[in-house]
Amino acid sequence: MENKIYLDNAATTCIDKRVLDTMMPYLISNYGNASSLHQFGTSAKEQIAESRSQIAHYLKCEPEEIVFTSSGTEANNFAIKGIAFANRSKGNHIIISSFEHDCVLNTCKWLEGQGFYVTYLPISKDGFVDLDFLKRAINRKTILVSVMHVNNEIGTIQPISEIGKICKEKDVYFHSDACQSFGKIPIDIQNIDLLTINSHKIYGPKGIGALVVKKNTNIVPLLHGGGQEFGMRSSTENIAGIVGFTKAVALCFAEMESENLRIKELQNRLIFYLAENFEGIYFNGDLKMRLPHNINFCISGMEGESIRLLLLLDEMGIAVSSGSACSSNGDNQASHVLQAIGLNQFEARGSIRISFGRYNSEKDITLFIEKLQQVVGKLNPIFS
Amino acid sequence: MDIYFDNAATTPIDKDVIELMHSTLMDKFGNPSSIHRYGREAKVLIENSRKTIAEILKASPSEIFFTSCGTEANNTVLYAVINGLGVKNIITSTIEHHAITHTLAMFEKSGLIKVHNTKLNDRGQVDINHLEELIETYDNSFVTLMHANNEIGNLLPIKDVSELCAEHNVLFHSDMVQTIGKYDINLNNIKVDFVSSSAHKFHGPKGVGFLYINGKNKIEPLIYGGGQERNMRAGTENLYGIVGMAKAMEIAAMNMEHNQNHIMGLKSYAIAQLKENVENIQFNGDSENKGLYTIINCSLPKTEKSEMLLYNLDIEGIAVSGGSACASGSTNVSHVINALNVNKDKPTIRLSFSKYNTFEEADFFINMLKKLL
Repeated sequence: MENKIYLDNAATTCIDKRVLDTMMPYLISNYGNASSLHQFGTSAKEQIAESRSQIAHYLKCEPEEIVFTSSGTEANNFAIKGIAFANRSKGNHIIISSFEHDCVLNTCKWLEGQGFYVTYLPISKDGFVDLDFLKRAINRKTILVSVMHVNNEIGTIQPISEIGKICKEKDVYFHSDACQSFGKIPIDIQNIDLLTINSHKIYGPKGIGALVVKKNTNIVPLLHGGGQEFGMRSSTENIAGIVGFTKAVALCFAEMESENLRIKELQNRLIFYLAENFEGIYFNGDLKMRLPHNINFCISGMEGESIRLLLLLDEMGIAVSSGSACSSNGDNQASHVLQAIGLNQFEARGSIRISFGRYNSEKDITLFIEKLQQVVGKLNPIFS
Repeated sequence: MDIYFDNAATTPIDKDVIELMHSTLMDKFGNPSSIHRYGREAKVLIENSRKTIAEILKASPSEIFFTSCGTEANNTVLYAVINGLGVKNIITSTIEHHAITHTLAMFEKSGLIKVHNTKLNDRGQVDINHLEELIETYDNSFVTLMHANNEIGNLLPIKDVSELCAEHNVLFHSDMVQTIGKYDINLNNIKVDFVSSSAHKFHGPKGVGFLYINGKNKIEPLIYGGGQERNMRAGTENLYGIVGMAKAMEIAAMNMEHNQNHIMGLKSYAIAQLKENVENIQFNGDSENKGLYTIINCSLPKTEKSEMLLYNLDIEGIAVSGGSACASGSTNVSHVINALNVNKDKPTIRLSFSKYNTFEEADFFINMLKKLL
């Protein structure tokens, strides 16, 4: 397979060599348990504090507001359950958008079984939460609103500052899952109480993420034990992971502006080529208020065929996805995100997600278009 | 000379494990849930790792669930049996790891459960008769007892306890964080329902562990989301960590007898030397003769110098601990030592060895100890 092209950077990214080099000493020799009082321990502890400060600097928050977790999923579980159980006496109502990631949706589904009531915000056809609906939905019992910053399948950017303001006025906690946007576009967390970030989507290692918990937030931990992370997340710290994550964050922020221009150019080009070469193509989600890294489309006549398209492309060395990786475990259910923006099951099962990353170039796009034409032709002779 | 005698807190990663993790980080990055080849490749690595671990423990691969650490594994079990299965009485001991005791304290405070501690004798051994009495007294109960204590190394007669629990039809969880990778554990022969383990205690990476759930049990997850770990634990899999943990298990299993002999020899030697050179030294728990072969816990005569011992040893490059690392931020006497019949005024130190420690290091340590006391 001469050409290997990875266009699934929203699922996960390869690690940046510079991140890996930074991590290695922490796997090889700096192995102390950060809770130990001897030098092996204190040097680990200092390094973790340094990492925490760096990430806090980029997010413009306090170091003590960063709680490292094992993943974005854990951070989302921690945020939602932690707020729910800590504020139970105030109320039992939670509001989330209906196209949240499975880890937010399924945590809330579980909470419904524990006596909580969840409102699911509708999504407009172009992929945005309905703010008027949100304002009306908040009531005296509401304790938490959770809306993701950027949707993982269609890449639309949600107005989280505005949502945060609404929540603040109504004295309700606001959590945002920023796994798809952190390190890629600026995030203003001024009006946000809790923010989920993770590492493996931004060229860092897997197995590490964080929840930003603003001061004075009433939350209980998910993991209890040795009292690490200011008592908010017990467990021996994954120092290599934390150091790697931090390096990945630093690189993303240092290169954000120029990288976004470059990626935006790729996005424009691919949209242009797709529109030019495939009659009746339609794009899912607004094309303007969107992460430059994401394109999601369906070619008319290809409805229901996304898995076959994906596997044929894979045989040619091109990795794309039909939606979120996390829900692709065989069951082939139509994406809840695409259904939330009004696609029917058939259309949803014909959509393809392209997600660009640091290592993609224009050459990849030309080749992708070429191969896509071949596989579409193979599946539907009308196109060839 | 830098000497690391704190392997119960965490261990250095085996060189072969580092190499494998490095190449995995370099070349294999797919999300195991992705359908394309990057994802499938990653999935194969995860499932092979699961098989490796299951084979070593004589379990079925479908009984191994990867977590981010031992603490998460412990929390998962407790949340699931209390919240999901509605267990009301938890039978445990006061010398469990904080991942157990603090989680239980939280649940007890919320009124969901009552915690019943088994009696311990002066050396911290669980009173099996009392355990049976507790099991017979309380309905709807659950037993959680660690296999080896992390501070004093006491070993639970796990086979007996597991059979006792099975006879009474009570679910049994054991935190085996200190014993997996150190003993040849055959889960086919132990009637345990849940086992927690952590890679960084057996020369694997931090940030990864696993929970064994006996196939006859079904519990609810702690972390919800995608369908990873057969819907038991969501989150994109920590690929390099899981691969590294399996490799570390494999190496531990392969060289187990050799390492056991070496470390046991080292421990006996250190004990003999300590007795000879430190007047009135006292060994805590079972750490002098029975117990986990990696741990020595002893109390030293209280003098001005001995109070500063840990600090002074550290200056000389020798890392030992006063107890569990997870609790060492506090200056309080450890909850484990507190539960024993020992003089709490005396400074306590824990030495914990690994395959990398040498007799030369033990000599150096003893000489330094003599100098510092």
